[in-house]
Amino acid sequence: MRRLALIAVLFALLAPGAAFAVRPDEMLKDPALEARARHISEELRCLVCQNQSIDDSEAPLAHDLRVLVRQRITAGDTNAQVLKFIVARYGDFVLLKPPFQLDTLLLWSLPPFALAAGLVGLIVMARRRRAVPLQPDALSAEEQAKVATLVEAEPAGR
Amino acid sequence: MIPELGHYALILALALGLIQSVAPVIGSIYRDAPLMRLANSTALMQFVFVAASFAALEICFITSDFSVAIVYENSHSLMPLVYRMSSVWGNHEGSMLLWVLILSLFGALVAMFGVNLPSTLKALVLAVQSWIACAFYVFILLTSNPFLRLTPAPFEGRDLNPILQDPGLAIHPPLLYLGYVGFSIAFSFAIAALIEGRIDAAWARWVRPWTLMAWMFLTLGIAMGSYWAYYTLGWGGFWFWDPVENASLMPWLAGTALLHSAVVMEKRNALKVWTILLAILTFSLSLIGTFLVRSGVLTSVHAFASDPTRGVFILCILVLFIGGALTLFAWRAPMLKQGGLFAPISREGALVFNNLFLTTACLTVFVGTLYPLALEALTGAKISVGAPFFNVTFGPLVLALLFAMPFGQLLAWKRGDLLGAAQRLMAAFGVGLVVIGLTYAVEGKQPVLAPFAVGLAFYIMVGAAVDLVERTGLFRMPLRIVAARAGGLPRSAWGTAVAHFGIALSMLGIIAAGSWGTERIVAVKPSQTISISGYTLTFDGLSQQAGPNYSAVVGRFTVREGGNVIGVMQPSKRSFSTRGMSTNEAALMERGFGQLYLSLGDTEANGSLAIRLYYKPLVLLIWIGAVIMMLGGALSLSDRRLRVGAPKPARAKTAMQPAE
Repeated sequence: MRRLALIAVLFALLAPGAAFAVRPDEMLKDPALEARARHISEELRCLVCQNQSIDDSEAPLAHDLRVLVRQRITAGDTNAQVLKFIVARYGDFVLLKPPFQLDTLLLWSLPPFALAAGLVGLIVMARRRRAVPLQPDALSAEEQAKVATLVEAEPAGR
Repeated sequence: MIPELGHYALILALALGLIQSVAPVIGSIYRDAPLMRLANSTALMQFVFVAASFAALEICFITSDFSVAIVYENSHSLMPLVYRMSSVWGNHEGSMLLWVLILSLFGALVAMFGVNLPSTLKALVLAVQSWIACAFYVFILLTSNPFLRLTPAPFEGRDLNPILQDPGLAIHPPLLYLGYVGFSIAFSFAIAALIEGRIDAAWARWVRPWTLMAWMFLTLGIAMGSYWAYYTLGWGGFWFWDPVENASLMPWLAGTALLHSAVVMEKRNALKVWTILLAILTFSLSLIGTFLVRSGVLTSVHAFASDPTRGVFILCILVLFIGGALTLFAWRAPMLKQGGLFAPISREGALVFNNLFLTTACLTVFVGTLYPLALEALTGAKISVGAPFFNVTFGPLVLALLFAMPFGQLLAWKRGDLLGAAQRLMAAFGVGLVVIGLTYAVEGKQPVLAPFAVGLAFYIMVGAAVDLVERTGLFRMPLRIVAARAGGLPRSAWGTAVAHFGIALSMLGIIAAGSWGTERIVAVKPSQTISISGYTLTFDGLSQQAGPNYSAVVGRFTVREGGNVIGVMQPSKRSFSTRGMSTNEAALMERGFGQLYLSLGDTEANGSLAIRLYYKPLVLLIWIGAVIMMLGGALSLSDRRLRVGAPKPARAKTAMQPAE
């Protein structure tokens, strides 16, 4: 993708002949089932597009997937079953929210880990800082004597 | 002739850049004032030459000189003037030229307006700025020359991608680049401070206006891009968590953190090391964004591998600058003295909290954007990271941050009173709770969390104003005194309140449009009526229209509210013959802060026309909020202490004299 910044996303969309993502003829009659279908569609990636859900994509493959999702819903699958069915055919790549597993461990855990580490670090730093200025160690007898000599040696007013 | 002049001007800019990269550094080592001052002239002249080069390319596009390769590939003689002008940056080579134009503009601005900067600091800042510029001049000249000629010259161009033939292209990229590249100034200041080994509150005061300016442009640029996507893509989405969008969001998040930590450094002389690091990271993220967008690595790891010249070159720039900066940081930062102790519950503490959450949010976006690339490159496994991932990871971080935001404004410096702040926020809590109740009553219980988010937005809006209300004595004092006090408050206090108010407005828009928007995806026949959220639309029919370089099918719909005609919506589809592509022009109708959104689909087999119709309540607040945030930044920028640029030049010289 060599073209311009933010709009790069637009290129993938406008294959010749702008069409629709969800088409009227593929929608389910029952609004509740259709709402579920839309919800599931937002979780699934259009495999031939760049980072688009099948709900947003107008690629023919996305259309096929939307129809498949609706078939499964009509057949009585739960949302989880539909997703499982699609993943079994197309792999994890189809999920826009990757599953939590070994190769996505860092992806999921890094942000919360960073937040926790940051918080702990800040608390430790705050403790250490407070400890230093508020409770200076009492001067040893040797240091006291040194201070005394210095004070005497220094003429007043300088 | 003109393209060659443009090419030559760019080479001259590089030559000046090389001088500016070396001379001021030597000058600063030997305390040689003329050598250091040289950077002022070279910075100005660099801008003049890059501007000349850019103007040359503009002339090629305006006059449709198809002997220039990128004009041939991205323009057409029938295109309206404004699109011929903006298509200069509608391609890789031209947009890189815009990048260095803005970079050299900022360099020239520092040279001109940095009058009261200590001379060594200014010399080093301009030198660092020039290192970056030279790297990109060389990149353009070696791998992306915009002035390459074609022989024989073709008669007609291949047209600009129709999607880009939009006023958005004229506005969005320049704004975005002003933001991206503007952060280079903070970066240069940070590097200069590390080289000098000294940094103080005055440093933060000099850096803040530049950062603020870049942040304002980036805020506006991102908002503008989002609105452009919203009205162009035909289904009313405004943010897609696309890697290209994330590339602009990351510097924004880091830049927002930088703005806030610079306040702490300026006022309390604390968080020095962290602020320097943020300044480096913010611009590094801009560079990474440039790499992501320009290298082709986003399309696929393989596309990058098959044509790696540009990508590898930018990657080298990236490694050199980010690696170099961080190495310098690791070496010099421990020498910077920490100052300004504070209790955890204090204004400083709140701003640290802000920084922690903003940088974690930024890290989340970073990981989410780059993880799939890294995983595929390392193991070959392909995963997708999209909106659902970011909603569950990025969302909670931002909500927590937003909830804490009004507290931060009310905590005192050094040692704050959390309970006291909570008591002062009682009104805000009250309004928030009432709004939650009202939202439930009016909109019902679906979706469950939305009313809470609306309440949160109102709580932030009121909370943003609490500080101002208390300080001006509104509701307690006569209006005359209130007005006098309001005028006497520092502009930065107003800026904070306005910007925080703006983000709450954006949030309200996002929630309302996302939760209570309605849609109709239907096929209609002429004179058929569709109703949505109290409005009815009658399809009057289709007509053909001819544009300058396209033909359009225009649908006409009469909109009624309660039986009265309130207007006509005319969505269209444009076909561009040169590229054989078409675009969808949605029709928008404002209803208060909401919008009716209508776009055309295909004609079905039975002759009826598919349409997508949306009602999006309060959707305009998303972008209005962003504009208000930007205005808050502008208010803060006009604050007296930044305008005057204290400390005074005379005092600054004694205060900033090198330690030796």
